[in-house]
Amino acid sequence: MPQTLYDKLWQSHVVHEEADGTALIYIDRHLVHEVTSPQAFEGLKLAGRKPWRISSIVATADHNTPTDHWEEGIKDPISRQQVETLDANIREVGALAYWPFKDMRQGIVHVVGPENGATLPGMTVVCGDSHTSTHGAFACMAHGIGTSEVEHVMATQCLIQKKSKSMLIRVEGKLGKGVTGKDVALAIIGKIGTAGGTGYAIEFGGSAIRGLSMEGRMTLCNMAIEAGARMGFVAVDDTTINYLKDRPFSPKGETWDKAVAHWRTLKSDEGATFDRVVDLKAEEIQPQVTWGTSPEMVVAIGATVPDPAKEADPVKREGMERALQYMGLTPNLEIKKIAIDKVFIGSCTNSRIEDLREAATVVRGRQKAANVKLALVVPGSGLVKRQAEAEGLDKIFIAAGFEWREPGCSMCLAMNADRLEPGERCASTSNRNFEGRQGPGGRTHLVSPAMAAAAGIAGHFADVRDIL
Amino acid sequence: MQAFTKLDGLVAPLDRNNVDTDAIIPKQFLKSIKRSGFGPNAFDEWRYMDHGEPGMDNSKRPLNPNFVLNQQRYQGASVLLTRSNFGCGSSREHAPWALLDYGFRVVIAESFADIFFNNCFKNGILPIVLPKAEIDALFGLTEYTPGFKLVVDLEQQKVVRPDGHAIPFEVDAFRRECLLNGWDDIGLTLRHADKIKAFEERRRAEQPWLFS
Ligand code: SF4
Repeated sequence: MPQTLYDKLWQSHVVHEEADGTALIYIDRHLVHEVTSPQAFEGLKLAGRKPWRISSIVATADHNTPTDHWEEGIKDPISRQQVETLDANIREVGALAYWPFKDMRQGIVHVVGPENGATLPGMTVVCGDSHTSTHGAFACMAHGIGTSEVEHVMATQCLIQKKSKSMLIRVEGKLGKGVTGKDVALAIIGKIGTAGGTGYAIEFGGSAIRGLSMEGRMTLCNMAIEAGARMGFVAVDDTTINYLKDRPFSPKGETWDKAVAHWRTLKSDEGATFDRVVDLKAEEIQPQVTWGTSPEMVVAIGATVPDPAKEADPVKREGMERALQYMGLTPNLEIKKIAIDKVFIGSCTNSRIEDLREAATVVRGRQKAANVKLALVVPGSGLVKRQAEAEGLDKIFIAAGFEWREPGCSMCLAMNADRLEPGERCASTSNRNFEGRQGPGGRTHLVSPAMAAAAGIAGHFADVRDIL
Repeated sequence: MQAFTKLDGLVAPLDRNNVDTDAIIPKQFLKSIKRSGFGPNAFDEWRYMDHGEPGMDNSKRPLNPNFVLNQQRYQGASVLLTRSNFGCGSSREHAPWALLDYGFRVVIAESFADIFFNNCFKNGILPIVLPKAEIDALFGLTEYTPGFKLVVDLEQQKVVRPDGHAIPFEVDAFRRECLLNGWDDIGLTLRHADKIKAFEERRRAEQPWLFS
């Protein structure tokens, strides 16, 4: 019987299965960061248990680390304690790799895994972070877990799971100029809603997806969780294999050839069936901007802010009204008329080299608008930063009045010093526009890197296609 | 983990879709390296008028009178009634820790986000999915009946209203067992240690690149 990619990934990791379908799933890669791991390490110790396979662990500090004045260390004592706790735990337990604060390979956990070849096709990848879905770009079964499960994986190398339903999201055609993986992700969420993928594992397919770079696919899979799906993935093709060649933890020599032969099988068979199929046309996808406090509250750049009066469902209507009030917006306002205070280019969604290149193309030779108080560019990792500097991107940003920072999660969730002040409005390349996400009272509009850059130059949202 | 069998609890309503884990426990409280003590900061940004930071004396902070859980009639609630996609967003287990510490043992919703749903079971919280029509009725009853309580019976898999109307709910057999007995699932998994070792050895032989 023809199998989906999900069937293959699932089947190859089942260690044990109960009659009701509850299965023990083997975990190949366990990514660890400072926020969701301390209680797991502590639980392990209290129970007198040892980690099952240390070589599965790849760790880094990202959520709490500052993005400037590294020489001064981490000023917030509670943040510092959390990062130091991770240092101590890894020292005690061990890991395949640990990139601590200030290490040249340090960065956002979902950026450093793939760029070091620590994420390989066919793996199960877990991390105490919901955006672990990012790694699905490599045909991995990758998803976020809670701290109890972090402990469970450490102790047993397995997770207790039930198979999800399968969904194929097919985007056929060619994306227009200035339309990126981020816009595809937002358009999908706009179409199926933030709960549309709940209970499903999503495979992204179709010619437009195959046309995306690995960076674009990571952006797309990263946002699968915002569509409610714990995981999203893309089949292996030449793009995947070319990306992985010669990365530090990628296999070498004969093992590489053997691995590649296996990886080529990681795609859905012809005729495989899915529980649900959703189709989008690439040509119809426009640059997207969110207007509310949920990623599904999204429209195309040329549109206007929706009017709750036209919504029939009372709970939804109230949700829209509350969102508009929080966002300080009025119905029917043109998106392009919304002025912004800050720009954030970064996060595990959009902080890879290609994202920075796209933003730099827009910024080159232009100036940040006077009403924009701060435009932050935060590379996803030390390696991305170095690469960007080698290409001179840092100079382009700095010349335009943008700030060039050290890697980390930064203003994506504002656990460090980078944040919005109450009422401030931000064009952000991150993944969540929830109330207070980027700082209490802060107003987040999710966009692509190119669109964030365009807003930074114009001082309000603008169609990047008019600039390119 | 604390076992869950049956509960007769006061119901508190939170009539919103998409309540995310950032709202349930804002990020500044994630800096704690402990599992407990999150209750006073559950729904922090909705609940208090000022901005909360770890280490503040929460009993001295001004409460937001418009936030439903602050109403006197809902104090001591152990059942949270809400709408669709509850617990979306971040995978932080601090969210169920905060709800538990606040006093909730049951969350009833039209639907839940996957990771949050899973995290509840690991912490002795029972998440229950009910049809929209039943939830609509429960919201009405909660609002118009002072001290409205529900009996939640995991053994029988039903929610019983004071008027005797019983609403059945689904729960995974394995999760139900764990919750009823308060089992630690690491211990359960380790009963299969030999199988895990055998699986691992086979995988190492077939796909050695996964093990370096
Ligand atoms: S960049 Fe944002 S979404 Fe990504 S891991 Fe960091 S905090 Fe989470």
